[in-house]
Amino acid sequence: MDMPATSAARRLSRVDAINWNRLQDEKDLEVWNRLTGNFWLPEKIPLSNDIPSWNTLTEHEQQLTIRVFTGLTLLDTIQGTVGAPSLIDDAVTPHEEAVITNISFMESVHARSYSSIFSTLCATRDVDDAYRWSEENPFLQKKADLILERYRADDPLMRKVASTFLESFLFYSGFYLPMYWSSRAKLTNTADLIRLIIRDEAIHGYYIGYKFQQQLAKLPTERQEEIKIYAYELLHELYDNEVKYTEALYDDVGLTEDVKKFLHYNANKALMNLGFEALFPASVTDVSPAILAALSPGSDENHDFFSGSGSSYVIGKTVSTEDDDWAF
Amino acid sequence: MAELVYFSTKSGNTRRFVEKLGIPASRIPLNRDDPPLRADEPYILIVPTYGDGDPKTSVPPQVIRFLNDEHNRSLIRGVIAGGNSNFGAAFGLAGRVIAQKCQIPYLYRFELMGTQEDVRRVIAGVNEFWKRSA
Repeated sequence: MDMPATSAARRLSRVDAINWNRLQDEKDLEVWNRLTGNFWLPEKIPLSNDIPSWNTLTEHEQQLTIRVFTGLTLLDTIQGTVGAPSLIDDAVTPHEEAVITNISFMESVHARSYSSIFSTLCATRDVDDAYRWSEENPFLQKKADLILERYRADDPLMRKVASTFLESFLFYSGFYLPMYWSSRAKLTNTADLIRLIIRDEAIHGYYIGYKFQQQLAKLPTERQEEIKIYAYELLHELYDNEVKYTEALYDDVGLTEDVKKFLHYNANKALMNLGFEALFPASVTDVSPAILAALSPGSDENHDFFSGSGSSYVIGKTVSTEDDDWAF
Repeated sequence: MAELVYFSTKSGNTRRFVEKLGIPASRIPLNRDDPPLRADEPYILIVPTYGDGDPKTSVPPQVIRFLNDEHNRSLIRGVIAGGNSNFGAAFGLAGRVIAQKCQIPYLYRFELMGTQEDVRRVIAGVNEFWKRSA
């Protein structure tokens, strides 16, 4: 589909000294506080504790893990150096620009952290082999091309769509594997690091999706419909490729079908971040409970009172709020 | 009066979820200057989760203000919370904090603006819940 540029956003034409005490959009400060509060570096994670665990993986499992991580490194590199910087030009408030500089830098931290995993756990030659693989794998390269194409085109809204799909969908074929290892009590420190990345990506997807929705709402209804169709088309294109990428990685270890459920589940969330309805029905998003538990450790209580017996339901453990805001 | 009371920020995820339910709902105002909402019959509260795993900041301040009103608090019967599983143990934490504070059941947890499946289950569940408590 051919699309003219939307130029919905009135971009900032000049640079003024930023004033965080005068906000045009409260969401900018909320997200800034959230992101800066979450700041972390890979050095904080005791990755070397995973060395004994790494040595229990077969050679093939090690190769798979390194390949998955080089694929993730490529996406983080794209987002840190092309994707997020391209969004700075489209920002409509100075605070949005500042938030995106944070996103951009954290993507570079994510990309850097995979190299920390490699230098701690892996042989240099194996890592070099995996980087070569990543440069030659057609599906990984196509995924990068599909996104970069949108980043370089002159359509601010489709840049945000592509960016949200990268943050909230394309990473997950890769994130699956460390969650899988973690569910089997392997590479648990590496999984801790990946969970920090997963947390960051959720805020990035939420924020970029929010800014997308704000701009979209300013357009005429027909234009909104066009962009919505275009977004679903891009998702389908990315999804078809993602399935092939998943098969290439996971067929040998028999995990493809479960990874695909994880893809469906996260594609739905990516669409929701853009304010669009989920696409995949519940029958194909039933990710294995072990993976969900690895994603959200400690949150495995029953949260569906409706489908349970009800009578056995426990109200919940006491959580300390110690907050003056509550008056009871 | 409404069977549901909800709060939603400018991003509107919770508002979209509530709209899809099609059940009468009152919104807790976003701005401090707006007239406060007062409940006049039993209700289920639907809220997003804030912050990052800290129970102190997980419930939006507007919701805390609403519940600090003893009259409003006396009418809450259950809570449903939004969130994102990417936040790990903090996923839907606001629901847990409110359930514990108000000693009411945590009925359901959904992600972002909720899927069709979430909508179907909550509509059926809410209807059943009121029938049972009648």
